[in-house]
Amino acid sequence: MANSEKHVKEPLVHLTRRMNVSASFAWMIRIGAFILSILVCCLISSLLSDKVSFGFFFKYLFGGTFGSSMLIMNLLRDLAIYLLLALAVTPCFKMRYWNIGGEGQAMMGAFGCSLVVAYASGKLPVWGTILLSFAAAVVLAVFWAVVPALFKAKWNTNETLLTLMFNYIAICLGAYLIKKVAPMGTGILNFQDGTLASLGVGDFWIIVVTVTVLTVLMFIYQKYSKHGYEIAVVGEAPNTARYIGINNKKVIVRTLLLCGILSGIAGFLLVSVKDASFLSDSTSQSTVAGRGFTAILISWLAHFHPLAMALTSFLVVFITRGANQIGNMARLGNSYAGMMVGIFFFFIIATEFFINFKLNFRPRAEKAAPAGAGPKPAGEQEGTV
Amino acid sequence: MGNNLAIEMVNITKAFGTKVVANKHVNMDLREGEILAVLGENGSGKTTLMNMIAGIYTPDSGKIIVRGEEVVIKSPIDAFRYHIGMIHQHFKLVDLFTAADNILLGERMPDDYGHGPKFFRWLRFNHLSRNRVKDLQKTVDRYGFGLDLSRKIYDMSVSEKQTVEIIKVLYRGADILILDEPTAVLTPQEIDKLFAVLRKMRNEGKSIIIITHKLNEVMAISDRVCVLRKGEHIATVETAKTTEKELTDMMVGQKIDLNINRTGPVQPLPRLMVRDMSVVNKEGRTVVDHVSFDVCGGEILGIAGISGNGQKELLEGIAGLQPKAGGDVIFRNPKRDKPVTFYHKDLKKIRAMAAEGFFHYPDGECVDLRGKKDKEVIRLVNGEQLLFYEDEIIDLKDKTPREIQELGIKLSFVPEDRLNMGLVGNMSIVDNMMLRSYRKSRSVFVNRKRPKQLADDIIRDLEVVTPSDMVPVRRLSGGNVQKVLVGREISSSPKVLMAAYPVRGLDINSSYTIYNLLNIQKRKNVAVVYVGEDLDVLLALCDRILVLCGGRVSGIVDARHITKEELGLMMTKVPDIVPSYTYEGLQKEAEDNG
Amino acid sequence: MITVITQAIRFGIVFLYGSTGEILIEKSGHLNLGIPGIMCLGGVGGCMGAYWTYQAGAPAFLVVLVAVLMAMLFGGLGGLLYGVFTITMRCNQNVTGLSLTTFGAGILGFWGTQMGEKEIMFAPASRYAFTPSLFFGNSTPDNWFTTIFMSHGVLVYLGILFAVIVYLILNLTRTGLSLRAVGENPAAADAAGIPVIRYKYVSCVIGAAISGVGGAFYLLDCTRGSLEYMIDAMGWLAVALVIFSLWRPNISIFGSFIFGFLYILPRYIEGVGLAEKELLKVIPYAVTALVLIVISFFNKKETQPPAALGLPYFREDR
Repeated sequence: MANSEKHVKEPLVHLTRRMNVSASFAWMIRIGAFILSILVCCLISSLLSDKVSFGFFFKYLFGGTFGSSMLIMNLLRDLAIYLLLALAVTPCFKMRYWNIGGEGQAMMGAFGCSLVVAYASGKLPVWGTILLSFAAAVVLAVFWAVVPALFKAKWNTNETLLTLMFNYIAICLGAYLIKKVAPMGTGILNFQDGTLASLGVGDFWIIVVTVTVLTVLMFIYQKYSKHGYEIAVVGEAPNTARYIGINNKKVIVRTLLLCGILSGIAGFLLVSVKDASFLSDSTSQSTVAGRGFTAILISWLAHFHPLAMALTSFLVVFITRGANQIGNMARLGNSYAGMMVGIFFFFIIATEFFINFKLNFRPRAEKAAPAGAGPKPAGEQEGTV
Repeated sequence: MGNNLAIEMVNITKAFGTKVVANKHVNMDLREGEILAVLGENGSGKTTLMNMIAGIYTPDSGKIIVRGEEVVIKSPIDAFRYHIGMIHQHFKLVDLFTAADNILLGERMPDDYGHGPKFFRWLRFNHLSRNRVKDLQKTVDRYGFGLDLSRKIYDMSVSEKQTVEIIKVLYRGADILILDEPTAVLTPQEIDKLFAVLRKMRNEGKSIIIITHKLNEVMAISDRVCVLRKGEHIATVETAKTTEKELTDMMVGQKIDLNINRTGPVQPLPRLMVRDMSVVNKEGRTVVDHVSFDVCGGEILGIAGISGNGQKELLEGIAGLQPKAGGDVIFRNPKRDKPVTFYHKDLKKIRAMAAEGFFHYPDGECVDLRGKKDKEVIRLVNGEQLLFYEDEIIDLKDKTPREIQELGIKLSFVPEDRLNMGLVGNMSIVDNMMLRSYRKSRSVFVNRKRPKQLADDIIRDLEVVTPSDMVPVRRLSGGNVQKVLVGREISSSPKVLMAAYPVRGLDINSSYTIYNLLNIQKRKNVAVVYVGEDLDVLLALCDRILVLCGGRVSGIVDARHITKEELGLMMTKVPDIVPSYTYEGLQKEAEDNG
Repeated sequence: MITVITQAIRFGIVFLYGSTGEILIEKSGHLNLGIPGIMCLGGVGGCMGAYWTYQAGAPAFLVVLVAVLMAMLFGGLGGLLYGVFTITMRCNQNVTGLSLTTFGAGILGFWGTQMGEKEIMFAPASRYAFTPSLFFGNSTPDNWFTTIFMSHGVLVYLGILFAVIVYLILNLTRTGLSLRAVGENPAAADAAGIPVIRYKYVSCVIGAAISGVGGAFYLLDCTRGSLEYMIDAMGWLAVALVIFSLWRPNISIFGSFIFGFLYILPRYIEGVGLAEKELLKVIPYAVTALVLIVISFFNKKETQPPAALGLPYFREDR
């Protein structure tokens, strides 16, 4: 404080921003954090439950994800869904538009798809239903993505908070739909026909192939297309964008349009292919089931790079599925996995700090350095704190 | 007025990096109860010197003595401890709060203040400070600030915000005040008011330093003047015993002969015509005031002026980045240069067009057909003796920045924040090259081949020091960033090139590279506008110099026949008779150079 | 009707706790999306505290007190974790908050399962929290006024008290002024000699502690000791309430009542289908979204989110 008699203490650690970070250094820190997070998870688990030993932990961590070809297929399918949701929000983040509404946008996609399937199946040929439900999924998701963007562009409405609200509006709408279609149901709409699943299309291949293609396309879009270039300029240096005549507002709306399309596809795949069901209630237990939020983390951890996102979503799915398996085997409950994933996230988030900042420890010798011999301090007011 | 020294700075040196020495062995002293003006051009190290008293920087060597005691000032808080307060150009105020809240913010209340049990004082209810606000308002009224402390900052004009900053510093008990260019943002009336306040404070025993480069203000307010030039202390003199002329001489120094190879103007014809242009900034101040001038192809028009006198707004106005409050900008787009035949035009039309100056003889002279007979005209035309210069006359009024850019009017502005005006720090040199050109092709994808070529050319030709062309621009040193920026603007073969402060912060060699580039553009008949800070460079590089002062033109002069002192005077005040050296003079110059 | 109002107040208090805490945090320039997770943590702490003291046979007020303190401790620890990540380590606030939500919800769920397996019941202990006897005794007359205003457990009144205190601190004290300065313009606050980092930490931890009590209150009072219900939905409504009340705890007292009313309305409304009842739940979010849009449209300085919300502050970045 300004007027206190004692001099300001030099902090023990002084932070400076690292300017030149080599990729190998960054990846070393990340890999280290990943291993450390697994070890900490293991340690905590074994403390929490007698059943979990180190061997048990690792056996089921890997067993749960790679144990059988079936498990590996499930892993890849889950990975693909996460990746797709992350791909959708990535261009927004790249533009520094904090769209945390991926959850709601995918939900609206699923909603549109279910709506069509619930009311039109049987009245239309199967292919017609599928096409219509796909269109409905994309249109609704786009609508859900673009509306906040329009407000952002027009009045600079805080997009983080607005998209957050839009998530819950979408979830409530989903719950409404279920109750409307199946008033006495369990809160789950199961679809027999009118979905891709009803055609006997293997959910694994269609999801994995679609997402692989979209990932590559997104990589190309971000790296080589003019749109991707404009997004980067608007995000990195909005003033420069103004200087060279980019219409920032147009770019925002256009990017969210793309985001909506991808979210819509994700919603469509979730309902029409993966589970052929639409479930929702007012909590986070829903069709999208919080994946939209996790996708934000996946995208951010990969520094918005589509190919790196494949890796981060793999890690997330790996931990989730592995922890689920451990939880089941040791009878620790469904939430055990959430806890472990939370720990894992914290470790990975922390890596950003060590990558971006350098810790300069104060040398011991300087401790005794005189802090400046001055006259009487201004205002001898000893405040009570 | 006492003669005790409030502050003494002895032999102060401060360098940034290895190349830029901001202050070299500077000695300065401030007496108690006086107003000292620190005078110097941009980049002369005034602000750096003052920042060392205010605790923003610490000197590399030298001593600071406050009231007879040697001190180390590490932070602004340290500075407060020695009763020193500085008012920066950028205010640090919370917009949402009232003036009173901003002033009282962060201040500790004395133990014995307020009433009631200690617990309530610990809670520090704001109403306890209401009485203090009243006291404060009294102080404010006593100095004649004329400010209502209950108003919120965002409702205030710049001058009122400045007043709040001054009161804040005073309230914190400062009796040495440093004001960094306090008049830069004020209207003349507000300046008078500020000066009245400063005088009152001096009479009450405060010591005040005012950083400025405006001579009239120095003469009006200060007791003594300390002149800095290029980081060195030139002299400290009593204001009453000096003249504006003498001060200018000290400020600008002797003319230095720079070896810039200046060629004559090349076919100087007006390319860009600015008429009565005005720009009003966000705060509602007129920053460009009815400016008129021409820029010719094949010349370098220098724009001189103390920074913040409308240079940036003028150029941004031309580039369409600032809304213009009035006036026209006309661009003559040189289009064709070919003989004309009757196949295309009839006689009447040719005569009309000649009157507008569209035809030239092969030697460049404008054709006057008024005195010529029809037969002779036909002979000239059929003999392909008439060159056709039907320039496109384009009014830039309704053009978007992008359209203006695509016409070939390029603005490369090098601000303090180089990386957010024209470049993207986190992108590679190659990607930065594309910023202007990526829209040209019809393809959905960007083509990095040509930008890469360009990047490599620039790296080679301009000697950009970089590990590769894929390094993010942010990681290059300032000079190299500038080379990239200027290089890119030049590469797009502009018709008008406006370069503002292109050598700001560069070392000598890099600066020369940039001067050379500008000269090459001039030889290519590009109209070059160069906004510079160093008068010596302006004199050596430019063909004509336009001097701006307070957003007004205080003269357009021939750079070959003017002295630095004359320029310096014009920069500080608009003369009664504004000299205007038109492009006809240039054409004569071009002929002489032949 | 009286029941509806009574219940509305009761459920509203959950949002009030959450939003009071979040307002305090957001005023320091931090958008904590981990509030749902922090409420979960607080719930764990609260139940734990209540159970222990109840088992030990402590008197009612001690049970409640220990529950509150434990909830504050757990919530505060969550806030400290968030603070270390976003204040010291300058990590992205959204990402950290969302992780904290995942983590907190995981802990509550995990712990709940464990307790369920051990057949530990919190219902008996929670009785002390929701019965009004602690405060007004049993001798109060039975009319509409007492039902609405005096039939609640002690934590309801504590929630309102917290909101009032936070309101007073923010608006009337110098500390509040400094805190708001930190959230509006940390550089200016720093220049004025306010210890920015310390302020941020204190508000993050205390805010999280208050939110944590909300979680405990929900589990002990609203669900009467049942851990079956998820708290995180309540957490998001609390975040919505912050916006709805324009970052002012005094408005949020009334806003919480409205939110509580809308939240429980579907249960009491008659003649409306199940589906439409689901649709009613959208109202709080939709109204909040509308509020956001309206304030951005009018762009009045006083109603905007804190100017530095979501931005990390690193002095040397100037």
